[in-house]
Amino acid sequence: MLWNTLLLALRSIRRNLMRSFLTILGIVIGVAAVITMVTLGNGATQSVSDQISSMGSNLLIVMPGQRFGPGAEAGAPFKSADIEVIRNQITSARLVAPIVSKSATAVYQANNWSTVVTGTSNDYFEAGNWEIAAGRTFTEAEEKSGKAVCVVGETVRDKLFGRQNPVGSEIRIKQFACEVIGLLKAKGQSSMGSDQDDSVVMPLRTVQRRLSGSQDINRLTISVKEGASIDAAKEQLTRLLRERRNIAENEDDDFRVMDTRQIAETLTSTTKILTMLLGAVAAVSLLVGGIGIMNIMLVSVTERTREIGIRLAIGALEREVLLQFLIEAVVLSSLGGLIGITIATAASIFLAGLMNVPYLFDPSINLLSFFFAAAIGVIFGYFPAQRAAGLNPIDALRHE
Amino acid sequence: MSEAVALIRLSGITKTYGSGQAAFQALKGIDLAIDAGDFVAIMGPSGSGKSTAMNILGCLDTPSSGSYEFEGVKVEQLSRNERALLRRNYLGFVFQGFNLLSRTTALENVELPLIYRGEPAAARHAAARAALRQVGLEGWEHHTPAELSGGQQQRVAIARAIVTRPAVLLADEPTGNLDTHTGEEIMELISALNRDQGITVLMVTHEPDMAAHAKRVIRFVDGRVDSDRRNGEAD
Ligand SMILES: Nc1ncnc2c1ncn2[C@@H]1O[C@H](COP(=O)(O)OP(=O)(O)O)[C@@H](O)[C@H]1O
Ligand SMILES: [Mg+2]
Repeated sequence: MLWNTLLLALRSIRRNLMRSFLTILGIVIGVAAVITMVTLGNGATQSVSDQISSMGSNLLIVMPGQRFGPGAEAGAPFKSADIEVIRNQITSARLVAPIVSKSATAVYQANNWSTVVTGTSNDYFEAGNWEIAAGRTFTEAEEKSGKAVCVVGETVRDKLFGRQNPVGSEIRIKQFACEVIGLLKAKGQSSMGSDQDDSVVMPLRTVQRRLSGSQDINRLTISVKEGASIDAAKEQLTRLLRERRNIAENEDDDFRVMDTRQIAETLTSTTKILTMLLGAVAAVSLLVGGIGIMNIMLVSVTERTREIGIRLAIGALEREVLLQFLIEAVVLSSLGGLIGITIATAASIFLAGLMNVPYLFDPSINLLSFFFAAAIGVIFGYFPAQRAAGLNPIDALRHE
Repeated sequence: MSEAVALIRLSGITKTYGSGQAAFQALKGIDLAIDAGDFVAIMGPSGSGKSTAMNILGCLDTPSSGSYEFEGVKVEQLSRNERALLRRNYLGFVFQGFNLLSRTTALENVELPLIYRGEPAAARHAAARAALRQVGLEGWEHHTPAELSGGQQQRVAIARAIVTRPAVLLADEPTGNLDTHTGEEIMELISALNRDQGITVLMVTHEPDMAAHAKRVIRFVDGRVDSDRRNGEAD
């Protein structure tokens, strides 16, 4: 019985190609849209959190001035003495890296490239999760004496040296020559969209002497010890800096302390909301697909009811008719679901490549959409048939 | 007449459509016995209950009261499934409007009852082709109803009704939608089925020419049997 009924169901699908095609199409569009949107959203969230963790965890970033970005209110910059005091008094600080940044043009032979030169200490590499791809970091002597040595990022290497190993070559920055002693391992775009690999790193003193011409420090990056409370470290640091900067009780801070976890949470929650929004939009298309299927089924109810009447009149059992319609609905909607999943996978991989986010296969959304689609197909394909098959054959035949 | 061995026996069959104020009694008590091998024409004015009676005889509908015995089995005591099996194994129905599956070839239409009977594919194909040959449609197996004339469609419907070798062929105005010439051909075919294969035929018709093929003519008037005579007998 099952085999014969399967035969009848397949014949019916083939016979009504247009109806079958439209049913499948409705499901395909809905399923593909939902899966693609959610998959890309997940990829974007993942990529943001990857980039944040590439910044290093448990980091505090301290800047003078209250606001940050253009129009920032300048507070007094930090001095080398601040670093020493923080190292000594903030017990939970594992690493404290001072940072001075200047834009400058780097030249090697006929190539030149405008980049950001960062003056800092060796702590910078460790706190920022930088790995060395070739060469080495600074020696203590180089840091102390402010020797003209530098570690370059992947982008700077590409622009100046092509694929060549830069270690040992000399590049020129402004008026001075600087030996390349190391190459940083690439990190890619930051979560804010800037290229983290577009940088030249030198000892703090070198930059202060030769580029900025002052003892000022623009920024501090502090790595908090594993297990220590970030909030406590932040508070301690704030109190210490207020004291050192002679800020009165009723005055606001003239500096700002941020932590990476805070940044990470803000950014990932944004992409998560975006994913949910995209998913909701796509779910609407699944619903619209379902309504389309319902329409097709309702339009054909008269024809199908008469068909059921014919089948009953020539001796089909009610359950045989129902099984046929159930098989038809399940075959069509699972076919639609599978095609939808296939298209979604291809589209997600392609778009993830374009958007530069990872492709993450999410089994739950695939299963969910598939079963939702199957349910739509079965509800709209099967239930009208169930009504018709319960009629007297003559009433089904006479259906108008 | 040998009443004791009647193939079909109706006693006091009534059928009321609707209920309450709108109730309408289409059959007002039908008593009838039909022997195996007979060829019965049912005539009567429009609205006299011929189709209603045929549908009850064909187990497509159920009477409001009365008793219907088929080979001694009380049909009203059968379940829905058992009535379906009775249709499947003993009855063939031909409708005025053909009632073929659209977009389905003649062969597949004729095969359909055999699929429900669970016949294996090879036997099914052979029987369906043979039935189509018998109704003169050899070579038309792969045409769909839309590609066939009315007469050809009715032939497909007859082939579908007889492919299972039913005991009884029920035809409700089988020539009603056809021109006189084609109608005559269909009548020849039905007569031959009765004559050569011994299939019991019950047929509703309006036209005396068609009824002339039958052995027995029953007239319905206003939901009752008005006259019942054998062809060739005097009135
Ligand atoms: N499904 C129905 N609902 C209500 N009345 C019906 C229905 N079918 C038939 N009738 C009525 O029953 C009477 C007999 O109909 P029918 O058996 O089709 O007559 P005939 O076939 O002799 O022309 C008619 O008056 C018709 O209007
Ligand atoms: Mg009628």
